[in-house]
Amino acid sequence: MGYSQFGAMIPELIILGIFLVVFVADVFSRDGSAKKFLTPMTTVLFGLGTIAIWLLPSCEVSVFGGMYVNDTASMAIKAILNIGVFIVLLQSAHWVESDEVAIRKGEFYELLLVTLFGMYLMISARHFLLFVIGLEAASLPLAALVAFNKKHYESNEAAIKYILTAVFSSAILLMGLSFVYAFSGSLYYSDIYANITSGKMSGLLIVAMAFMIAGIGFKLSLVPFHLWTADVYQGAPTAITSYLSVISKGATAFAFFIIFVQAFGQIYPDCWEWMLYAVIIATITVGNLFAIRQKNLKRFMAFSSISQAGYIMLGAMTSSTMGLGSMMYYIFVYIVSNLGAFAVITSIENKTGKVSMDDYDGLHKTNPWLSFAMTLAMFSLAGIPPFAGFFSKFLIFTSATSTGSMPLYILVLIALINTIISLYYYLLVVKAIWINPGEAKVEAFKSNAGERAALWICVAGIVLFGLVPYIYEYCYNAALIPGPGQ
Amino acid sequence: MFFGNILIWFVVVPILMLAGLALCGQNNMKAIRGVMVTCSTVLLGMSIWLVCDFLAQRAAGNQAEMLWMDSWMWYKPLNIHLAVGVDGISVLMLLLTSIIVFAGTFASWKINPLPKNFFLWYSLLSTGVYGFFISIDMFTMFMFYEVALIPMYLLIGVWGTGRKEYSAMKLTLMLMGGSAFLMLGLLGIYWHGTPEGMTHTWNILDISHYNNIDHGWQNLLFIFTFVGFGVLGAMFPFHTWSPDGHACAPTAVSMLHAGVLMKLGGYGCFRIAIFLLPHAANELAWIFIILTGISIVYGAFSACVQTDLKYINAYSSVSHCGMVLFALLMLNTTAMTGAILQMLSHGLMTALFFALIGMIYGRTHTRDIRQMGGLMKIMPYLGVCYMIAGFASLGLPGMSGFVAEMTIFFGSFEHADMFHRIFVIAATTSIVITAVYILRVVGKLILGPVQDEHHLSLTDATWWERLSTVTLIACLAGIGFFPNWLSETIQHSFKPIVDALAMAI
Repeated sequence: MGYSQFGAMIPELIILGIFLVVFVADVFSRDGSAKKFLTPMTTVLFGLGTIAIWLLPSCEVSVFGGMYVNDTASMAIKAILNIGVFIVLLQSAHWVESDEVAIRKGEFYELLLVTLFGMYLMISARHFLLFVIGLEAASLPLAALVAFNKKHYESNEAAIKYILTAVFSSAILLMGLSFVYAFSGSLYYSDIYANITSGKMSGLLIVAMAFMIAGIGFKLSLVPFHLWTADVYQGAPTAITSYLSVISKGATAFAFFIIFVQAFGQIYPDCWEWMLYAVIIATITVGNLFAIRQKNLKRFMAFSSISQAGYIMLGAMTSSTMGLGSMMYYIFVYIVSNLGAFAVITSIENKTGKVSMDDYDGLHKTNPWLSFAMTLAMFSLAGIPPFAGFFSKFLIFTSATSTGSMPLYILVLIALINTIISLYYYLLVVKAIWINPGEAKVEAFKSNAGERAALWICVAGIVLFGLVPYIYEYCYNAALIPGPGQ
Repeated sequence: MFFGNILIWFVVVPILMLAGLALCGQNNMKAIRGVMVTCSTVLLGMSIWLVCDFLAQRAAGNQAEMLWMDSWMWYKPLNIHLAVGVDGISVLMLLLTSIIVFAGTFASWKINPLPKNFFLWYSLLSTGVYGFFISIDMFTMFMFYEVALIPMYLLIGVWGTGRKEYSAMKLTLMLMGGSAFLMLGLLGIYWHGTPEGMTHTWNILDISHYNNIDHGWQNLLFIFTFVGFGVLGAMFPFHTWSPDGHACAPTAVSMLHAGVLMKLGGYGCFRIAIFLLPHAANELAWIFIILTGISIVYGAFSACVQTDLKYINAYSSVSHCGMVLFALLMLNTTAMTGAILQMLSHGLMTALFFALIGMIYGRTHTRDIRQMGGLMKIMPYLGVCYMIAGFASLGLPGMSGFVAEMTIFFGSFEHADMFHRIFVIAATTSIVITAVYILRVVGKLILGPVQDEHHLSLTDATWWERLSTVTLIACLAGIGFFPNWLSETIQHSFKPIVDALAMAI
């Protein structure tokens, strides 16, 4: 084994490089004014890194005996997540300068970058050991981030809930993994796949797989493993909530797809698909029904994101190229739509401290642009054309029905009926902003440059990602690579 | 060439209209009206030119199924195109849309508050409607369909009257619920409509030529698509959004919605449900004949007991739109021609009704017929217009309603079996019931004694209101006196559909 193999992990190295620069800069500027440059420096560096990852030539890399694979699909999802993180950085630029957190902003960026690094490993792992390392690297720093408002009771409570569920779900996952190891004697995805296809089967494997769905389901907040979501989303600083809701969800969904296609693809045909089938129906429905009653917008977005995770997993139902492509596209669109909504929530919260839906009554009178952006984001999340959310929903439904089997049509019908329920609660926000009578409760203000930049990127994405077909084609072409067992 | 095709301009001009409005100041009424009037006039001119050129091309012997066909690749992996093309029916629907957008602009001359936002959503709605009628690709058709639905929520919620929040939410959710069923139907058609080994397509004409969907799937998909579009066509029991929605909507939105948007339902029913699934149409039409038969009679009876002018008209729309779907389900050329005539006639007539109700309401501040009377003495112009609209609605010869309903009932009676005959006879009674509720309103509202002396000081129509109503009345009478060129434009367009139906028996 040569150390040159590390050179093949270019995206990881870029993130690691940025991390080290931020770390050193943070350490050597412990006191005084030197810290001012930390936020712009990190944002610019990360922006450059994002551009670099987008521009990297897509080539198939497989190192460490196939433990780490960087194919076009992994590259694409990393690039997509990077855009999301960049938007989160812009969004939080103002918040990290506030008195309470300014002193610790170096930590904020470092922890954020480490979680991203962990997610990269999850995405590229083709061996369960590396996957678990990535998962832990992505989960544990997040707990510290959730507790970042350390003087707030809610933030601490959220962090404890998060760390407990994260550890618990990791334990379940590892339990499942040990069964898998007992069954196949190897933790390579391809070995497990080969063992299954060669006809070696045991009940142990089914149990192992159920454990793994549970373990990963916790991270994705799939129902019935979703109970931590609302409290954590509500308690965490809004920047972290938005990060949790899109980035970690997107990365885990992708890793889920890879694991279940490349490792467990042939296990009693359709076996895992039936488990997923039930979980998706429960996730979409429960998420939607609970979202209806929420008044706190962060809780509201938590339940909305639970149901959106169900839609994302629809892409995994067919385990085809189109499924993976549509899933990646859905994640991308979901990132801009959800972060668009969070950009509005963040700027209003930073300015006035208000996060309740009732406070948005008559918002259009004082803040027409924020109202406009929030409306677009809600329409996009609900799947209304001509905004991007419509296209991503349509394409993921199309891919889910591609095999033409009746149960999948029923699944899509349930999902479609659920979009109507979701439309109801998304419209409640629109209603508060535009229709509810009374004086505006949020005074007119101008949001700061970072939040505005984030909002512009999101609005541009919401409007253009659907109408311009290249984004979907990019995802679709990138998804052409990972077939089962490779 | 993308912009070389005239049909594309029916979407481009409304988008320019949106862009132009976005540049206007929020309360700069002059600029906003300028943009609206210019663009809607251009659209009207384009539609008239399109009809003339269409007739000229047909006269010159161009027998193509659709004219101005063109197609541009959009989403390559799924073979989604932006495909356009029109036949006689879509040409007339485009004309209808243009007339109503034009009249609606003048009917909302003094909209308040937020005039700019109102017209922005209004333009987005019309973009959707135009896009729907020019598309022959199911994906783009569906997309434009939904584009047309969602602005209704804000248009009713912000600028409406009465229980507007409830009505707006009800209307939006019911229509979107319909489109959820519709979407599943379209997905089924997409995955099953192409023979083995060919690239799947969303193109309506290609799918109808392949005629590949097996019968079991056809039956299932027919129900999904017909119900999906039927919700928008106010089919019983999915009609309940219509009275509430129309009653609470502002004038121009009621006009556009009852006048054009409900026609999207009827149009979609035959363009997708009946055309692409002909076997199922033959087999399952009876279910929907029963439902639409109920719509016709039930809508008319409900209108008889309402006291709110808008509710009367909304229930009358349920009845008349039920007749459109009813006629389409008769599956023969005559009745279907009647259905299209009824769409045009009802579109114009109901738009005129809603415009007049809006004008009357703007003066008297009530829509309750018990509190008004003798408007003929106070505002003779509006009174006369209302009577004209009423007569068109009850099918007086010389007006469009007569032509449409006669054609429908003649066509429907061609079916010799008992089931069809009974339902046709039942539906015919609606003519009498319509006369009852129209004459009741005319007698009380227009002719009776003045109920409220405050009304005596009210003024008659202004110039923009006159322009709006005269346009609509001229078109109504135009159809009534010269129906021949219309039915010729329409009739050829039904040939492929009727052929497909005959083949599938």
